[in-house]
Amino acid sequence: MEEYDENGPEIVKRFMYVNRRAPYGTIYALECLEVVLVAAAFDQDVSVVFVDDGVCQLKKNQDTADIGMKNFSKTYGALDDYDVEKIYVEKESLDARGLTEDDLVIPVQVLAADDLREVMAQQDVVISS
Amino acid sequence: MKIGILINEGPFTHQASDSAYRFVVAALAKGHEIYRVFFYNDGVYNCNKLSEPQTDDRNLVSLWSKLAQENEIDLVVCVAAALRRGIKDEVVEEGFRISGLGQLVEAGIQADRMVVFGD
Repeated sequence: MEEYDENGPEIVKRFMYVNRRAPYGTIYALECLEVVLVAAAFDQDVSVVFVDDGVCQLKKNQDTADIGMKNFSKTYGALDDYDVEKIYVEKESLDARGLTEDDLVIPVQVLAADDLREVMAQQDVVISS
Repeated sequence: MKIGILINEGPFTHQASDSAYRFVVAALAKGHEIYRVFFYNDGVYNCNKLSEPQTDDRNLVSLWSKLAQENEIDLVVCVAAALRRGIKDEVVEEGFRISGLGQLVEAGIQADRMVVFGD
């Protein structure tokens, strides 16, 4: 893997990772989190977004014992250690699922769809899964 | 324009890889440069040379392989996603290489545009 952090990165771009799916049932949520944790090492301007069923990835008190899958929700807490601080959750998606900020495992910035759209438009690279 | 491509689905269940292939062919015809194609999630199955689709159907594994060799395109398969799915060097078709997720981020940094093909 190329190292960009020895003398500081030559180029800093705005990377946004968009999570649209529920945490279990498909592998997208887990593999997207793996990308974000790697991406954080590149000294780029990273943000992570949770919309649609993706907001459920951050739900507190997940218990996966009965489905035999690894509960990786605690790993979102590592984002802060990796200096990934721009974490956006769409308000409409929370509302539609009866969730509030208090139901989430990490502190986030809740944005209305219109505001999120503006942040998204400012990005250089948007990777959704 | 320098274009980076991300493919998140395998060659059969979804159309992502077909669409990406056609996009790349069209972009090359217009004179654009494909900086890299990165295969993630089930997209890693696009490199499996053991795959044998019916002979009267398109074979994306060999189409990608041929396109890459003719146009010197860097086809990179994510190692973490590949290992999970049993994709190792011994089944990787010519023209593809296995490497880390850093190659995806680097493509995002170096390319003018990153285009994602998924479900």
